[in-house]
Amino acid sequence: MQDEDFPVQARALNHWFGRGEARKQALYDIDLRIARGSLTVLVGPSGSGKTTLLTLLGCLREVQQGSVILLGHELHGATPALATALRRRLGFIFQAHNLHESLTAAQNVMMGVQVLGRVDKARAQAAAAHVLGLLGLSERLDYLPANLSGGQKQRVAIARALVGNPELVLADEPTAALDRDSGANVVELLKRLGQARGTTTIMVTHDNRILDRADRILTLEDGRIVGDEARGG
Amino acid sequence: MSRLLQALFGRLPIGWLQLTHSRTRFAAALAGVAFANVLVFVQLGIMQSMATATLTPYGFFRADVMISAPDANAMAEGGNVARQWMLQAMAHPEVTSGMGLFLANVNWQRAGEGLSLTTFGIDPAQPEFLAPELAAKTAPLQMRMAGLLDRLARGLPRDEAAGIRPQAPLSFETSGQTLTLYDSFAGGGGFGGDGYMLVSDQTFLSLFPGRSSAAPDHILLRLRPGADPERVAAELRGLISDKTLRIRSYAAAAQEDLSYQQTQRPTGVIFGFGVLIGVLVGIVIVYQVLSTDVADHMREYATFKAMGYGHRFFLGIVFEEALILGLLGFVPGALIGGGLLTLMGRITTLPLAVTPGMVLSVLAGTLVFSILSGAIATRRLAGADPADLF
Repeated sequence: MQDEDFPVQARALNHWFGRGEARKQALYDIDLRIARGSLTVLVGPSGSGKTTLLTLLGCLREVQQGSVILLGHELHGATPALATALRRRLGFIFQAHNLHESLTAAQNVMMGVQVLGRVDKARAQAAAAHVLGLLGLSERLDYLPANLSGGQKQRVAIARALVGNPELVLADEPTAALDRDSGANVVELLKRLGQARGTTTIMVTHDNRILDRADRILTLEDGRIVGDEARGG
Repeated sequence: MSRLLQALFGRLPIGWLQLTHSRTRFAAALAGVAFANVLVFVQLGIMQSMATATLTPYGFFRADVMISAPDANAMAEGGNVARQWMLQAMAHPEVTSGMGLFLANVNWQRAGEGLSLTTFGIDPAQPEFLAPELAAKTAPLQMRMAGLLDRLARGLPRDEAAGIRPQAPLSFETSGQTLTLYDSFAGGGGFGGDGYMLVSDQTFLSLFPGRSSAAPDHILLRLRPGADPERVAAELRGLISDKTLRIRSYAAAAQEDLSYQQTQRPTGVIFGFGVLIGVLVGIVIVYQVLSTDVADHMREYATFKAMGYGHRFFLGIVFEEALILGLLGFVPGALIGGGLLTLMGRITTLPLAVTPGMVLSVLAGTLVFSILSGAIATRRLAGADPADLF
């Protein structure tokens, strides 16, 4: 079963920004297959198209040309309903934490559970507390984002992405706001999820400590994949 | 509140948490909605008072069919109707009785200011043409130069009006003659005069020597019980030789007067526009509050959308906010609006008040427009890629 072994596949993927005269190509002929349970890192200079590729693979941007098959579904021409259903099976960690300022840490994480349907409040709370505990935030459950440090906020956002047991985690510079220990902790958590549950991770990062733990490193330059290096992990 | 909403929606009450996150902004938003409500209430109240004031004189009489001059758009407008048409109408088998109704303004020059009383001349021997409250008080009208006074007339001290009794009458001079008031009734000043007065037709003709008993302003008819006034009015239109006369059921005459006041007279049109502008300003305020809130939370919504929340979820949040703002803003809006109307009513002695119908329609309007505004405000979210919203 090809699709099960490769939750993400892209073929002849091109992408443009802008319209008319200002139209500028951001990605050229991307072909890739990402193996299930692996930790893949995207590197490259800023403006090389890493985030664009990540959002295309993660169903956050409409595919213009070429093909992306995500968890067995073609994204080119996908209906909004299919896109919404697929997004629920992903965990997206954004560069900015994007927490809701009116919700506490635990409530923000619960939003990642409730998206899966009507869930008993106590169970959603327990799940949120558990994941926040794994990320060292047991003491901060009822804090509003305004009262958390930048690193703590980022860890809440990571907990929110992971609490729904995603099949695929897409992360855009998730460790930028984290100190050395927290960053290592997050990467270990993602590796453990990969081994235990087959959770696949694709991550954009400049962090050398993470490069050492990656299974595969893809290098982008000017919208093209210019390097593909397999690592032992 | 938060727990109640949680149970209601089966999810975190994000709308409530979002609105109450900043108390000052929440208060400002509520004040905006309340202000819109006050505006609509006051305009509706004025509009309503005109309707009440227009219909008040119709309430003095009990009639089934009214015959008026061709140019009588309102009760106090138009020329006379020859009494002979009443006799022709009486030939209809279902018409049981008829009465000429005279109408003119009497000026009561009081110390300081003059009082303009819309004065009706009626036949005191036919009390069946009067509302029960008036019918019971017609006995003194048999006397010459006797009258009943509207105790709610504008510019009349309340205790002075209430003190008028058959045993303690009050006299005043008008155009060289002395009129004596023997009792009072509840009328209420309108837009056309300060109040009302009821006299006998004989007294009326003495007050206005230029008028003739053969030409009253309107003719009122009573029908056999059970007869359909609309049908008889139509039949009378065929029966009476003068085809230019307006022969209408009494209820239709009142309704046509009202719609004439509201759509043809400048005051009615101005108040109608007042309501329209009040509603428009209200919609703009509610829309502004909700669309600003949506714009301020676009990043969070984009994140939720990226997590797999569908458009119904966002509509749910905005509707939740719309309901909270609509309901919580309505309460102070209705209270302040009602207070202002009562105050204005006291100053002008117009029948200004908040009616249950107004409360319901303003509340329903507030909620409908809040929800519509919310739906429009979330439209930008619907089509956009989450990645473009950050």
